Amino acid sequence: MSEPLLQIDGLCKTFHVAKSASGNTRLKALDGISLTVGRGETLGLVGESGCGKSTLARTLMMLETPDAGTVTFEGTNPFGLRGKELLSWRRRVQMVFQDPFASLNARMSAGAIIAEPWATHRNLYPSSREREARVRELLHMVGLRPSDARKSPQEFSGGQRQRIGIARALALNPDVIILDEPVSALDLSVQAQVLNLLNDLQQELGVSYIFISHDLTVVRHVADRVAVMYLGRIIETGDTEEVFDHPRHPYTAALMSASPKLDVTGAKRDRIVLQGELPSPLDPPSGCRFRTRCWKAQDICAEVAPEPRVATAADGTLHLVECHFPLESVRGLTGATTAAG
Amino acid sequence: MKSSITEPAVEGNLTLFRLLLKDRFAMVSALVLILIGLTAVIGPVLMGDLATKQNLLFANKAPFSLAYGWEYVLGSDSLGRSMLARLVVASRTTFSVALPAVAAALVIGSLWGVWAGYHRGWRENVSMRIADVIMSFPSLLLAVVVLYVFSPSAGNIVLILALTRIPIYLRTARAESAELQSRTFVDAARTFGARPNAIIGRHVIPVVLPTLLTLATLEFCYVMLAESSLSFLGIGIQPPDVSWGLMVSQGRQYLQTAWWLSIFPGVAIVVTTIAANVLAAWLRIATDPAQRWRLALPRKRLIVRIPVKEAKP
Amino acid sequence: MKTAAQTVLTGQPRASDVVLSVQDLAVDIRTHRGTVRAVNGVGFEARAGETLALLGESGCGKSMTAKALAGIMDPVCDLAGGEIVLNGTDLAALTPKERLKFAGPELGIVFQDALTALNPVYTVGTQLGEAFRIHRGLSAKEAKAEAIELMKRVGIPEPESRVNSYPHQFSGGMRQRILIAMAVALNPRLLIADEPTTALDVTVQAQIMQLLRKLREEGQMAVVLITHDLAVVAEEADSVAVMYAGNVVESGPVSEVFSDPRHPYTKGLLESVPVHVERGAHLKSIAGSPPELHDIPAGCVYQSRCPLVQDICRAERPRLLPVNGSAAVVQTGAEDDADNGLGADADLDGGNYAGNFAGTRPPRPGRVAACHFSKELNNV
Repeated sequence: MSEPLLQIDGLCKTFHVAKSASGNTRLKALDGISLTVGRGETLGLVGESGCGKSTLARTLMMLETPDAGTVTFEGTNPFGLRGKELLSWRRRVQMVFQDPFASLNARMSAGAIIAEPWATHRNLYPSSREREARVRELLHMVGLRPSDARKSPQEFSGGQRQRIGIARALALNPDVIILDEPVSALDLSVQAQVLNLLNDLQQELGVSYIFISHDLTVVRHVADRVAVMYLGRIIETGDTEEVFDHPRHPYTAALMSASPKLDVTGAKRDRIVLQGELPSPLDPPSGCRFRTRCWKAQDICAEVAPEPRVATAADGTLHLVECHFPLESVRGLTGATTAAG
Repeated sequence: MKSSITEPAVEGNLTLFRLLLKDRFAMVSALVLILIGLTAVIGPVLMGDLATKQNLLFANKAPFSLAYGWEYVLGSDSLGRSMLARLVVASRTTFSVALPAVAAALVIGSLWGVWAGYHRGWRENVSMRIADVIMSFPSLLLAVVVLYVFSPSAGNIVLILALTRIPIYLRTARAESAELQSRTFVDAARTFGARPNAIIGRHVIPVVLPTLLTLATLEFCYVMLAESSLSFLGIGIQPPDVSWGLMVSQGRQYLQTAWWLSIFPGVAIVVTTIAANVLAAWLRIATDPAQRWRLALPRKRLIVRIPVKEAKP
Repeated sequence: MKTAAQTVLTGQPRASDVVLSVQDLAVDIRTHRGTVRAVNGVGFEARAGETLALLGESGCGKSMTAKALAGIMDPVCDLAGGEIVLNGTDLAALTPKERLKFAGPELGIVFQDALTALNPVYTVGTQLGEAFRIHRGLSAKEAKAEAIELMKRVGIPEPESRVNSYPHQFSGGMRQRILIAMAVALNPRLLIADEPTTALDVTVQAQIMQLLRKLREEGQMAVVLITHDLAVVAEEADSVAVMYAGNVVESGPVSEVFSDPRHPYTKGLLESVPVHVERGAHLKSIAGSPPELHDIPAGCVYQSRCPLVQDICRAERPRLLPVNGSAAVVQTGAEDDADNGLGADADLDGGNYAGNFAGTRPPRPGRVAACHFSKELNNV
């Protein structure tokens, strides 16, 4: 196992919002997130909308300031940095956004978009000749033609735009790229192209990915480890195969079960269809946050918030779960696709 | 010759010019503006002292007649001064007041608004309250007070007109900028560590500017009329200087007997404003890469149905 | 809530009667680059109590087809030909005014974006009751009672108190339920669902799909499900029509089409899904992107991305022809005996097909694919 490159400990972020039904104005978007990302590793981050995964991404990109907790990146906490040091930290962590249309300024050419980070990080490629050469190189890396540099974003398809977004994230030679739903806006056939590209880039550059997605099939394909979020907490984390094949948290099991499977045998699965919807993050349930929708909930779940506990430690990877009554072994939930593993 | 591929995608001015040639209305507007501009620059020299030369023999002559010589083709006022010459001379005065006033208000208001909208928070609140105060104070009253205290020089008129119109740009720029600063591409720029001012310059202003320019052309009309009402109160342009606005207000009492006295300068104001506005609207579309295709669109195609190229099954 | 469903359901069609039959449907769009054909010669059948999926990527014409069925096309679009036979009436031949009578009692539609499909200034109850007031002439009070009944039917908790709420006061999943309730208010024979769960979270998506299934069973509705999600098709649909660049390129029962695709596009799509693939291994993606509508080539629509492309594909557009799926299924190996047996019989006699389902079914069109080389597809 690679040593952690990025370590997140107890990260909290609270937003102040207009009054909710209960008069609560504090929205705890992140409530003690702890994660590690190894060098060259892909961490999948899974959860439904409103679970805080985008806030986590924005906080790591320092678009939001956390209330508590630390982020350690090669021994330094970026939130204490200022000026030049902060700038050099920003270079190490970059992001690819979900919407390939909104994330590119329509008034700039593809080349200018890719070169934009260097306007701030001037010493990276000081001469304009170096920059142009690097833009061509980046375009080539993401599978576009050098002549595409002069085109404006609307001349590209969605998949090509996402390639430009990836090239822009690579422009600063980062060590970690946060991919916020990078393929969910793309068509299936194009999605596979972009996933392949991301995979190739990782092998070539050794970059780590934090891959945020609601599409479990995609996460299963790309992630080495996976973390499942629910209402601002990581409720289960572990090796991808382990979590997908033996989910221990009821929510993880339900999530896996609810996501449609491309199962050509036509056999009907028994699905866990969760009742109700995500509670408002403004008024999260007491104790365990999932208890309102959990079929295993008991009295203790309402009183005591479960601590993370080790479920299994296969291949030296911790499989942590936050549940008072973790599932022992769930069969038939992950469908026929898991037989190979 | 070798344009850098990393430069912003402002496609050459040549392309813009070609697009202009395609759009008939924008083209005519551009020509009109050029004509008016040239008139304001070199016209007064050509007219010499015709504008101030009184000739009571030719007082209140109706326009469109060459009987009294070319200079009276647009008629004359009650002192027998040539309307044509007066219009030409007034154009320079008008522009030398209205243009700086509009430009100053545009620059100050826009930058302020963009800054306030980008940062939100207290900067936005304070800015908006200041704008409210200026807006709610009757601008004419403000002008009267200031111009009574200080001398009604052209510079002071410009200053007053600019000051009272700043909130217009401030509000628009703030609203657009506040919306833009939440866009993903702005977030992307933040993740590189770009400074706020760099982001404002690179991402916010280019998007907001066309809207503000369109607004400015409308304001141009307003400022000209505001200047005329100041002149009407006797604290604006001082005779023998003359402006279009002043001519309109002076001619108003003769509307029954000599309509041309206020109609011609009025037409001049309207034509200038419309031309500027059409051109600004065109520019707004032409500089937006996402909308530029509209200009290449033959107008009727969307309505008329054209049979499909038959695809072989 | 059962009673509500049953009282109106008198004289319901028998299961698997053909409710909707579409033939040679063509839709033109007028654009600034000239008129383009967005839907070209599309045909399919939807049967009572079954779900037909229209599968395709963005811009393939699937939503345009749905809008043409419902008669709610944009003003720049024209129905250029074809038949839309709903319970014996050709909708395509009717005037827009005559078609209005069909919206509601015969045909309901569910949109993707529930927030924009609902009017924010009216209460949910008003909007739900509208159908009853228009088509049944009920009073506002009676309509409200019906609305409450309807909300119960689609599983909205506390309908009595929530009937007076506005759309923004509901969550995304609940709004989608309301939209579905509006579509099924008058127990239509046909329900068109245009990407009904795309905007929703996975767990909510499962709830909505469960609801659609339940309503389909109750009312013996025919459901046309428009989606880009292969997994949703695999789980929810009985038959599928795969669309590409405005054309149906392959159709047939889902289990057969997905286990043994006979068109390279279907095959490519299935292989693009990262299942059955080693983690991190290369996915078989389809190179390139779909053709622009104004630039569709003369021959096969898929030629620019097809690995099998030959000269004939560039010259001649393949027609939808029956494919003999059986031989190929045997070749692929004995993964699933039941399925193989079924596939072998399906082409010989449609009646045998019923083995997979309860009850006897009328003969149905077999599998068709529009490819010159559908037989050679296994070698790719």
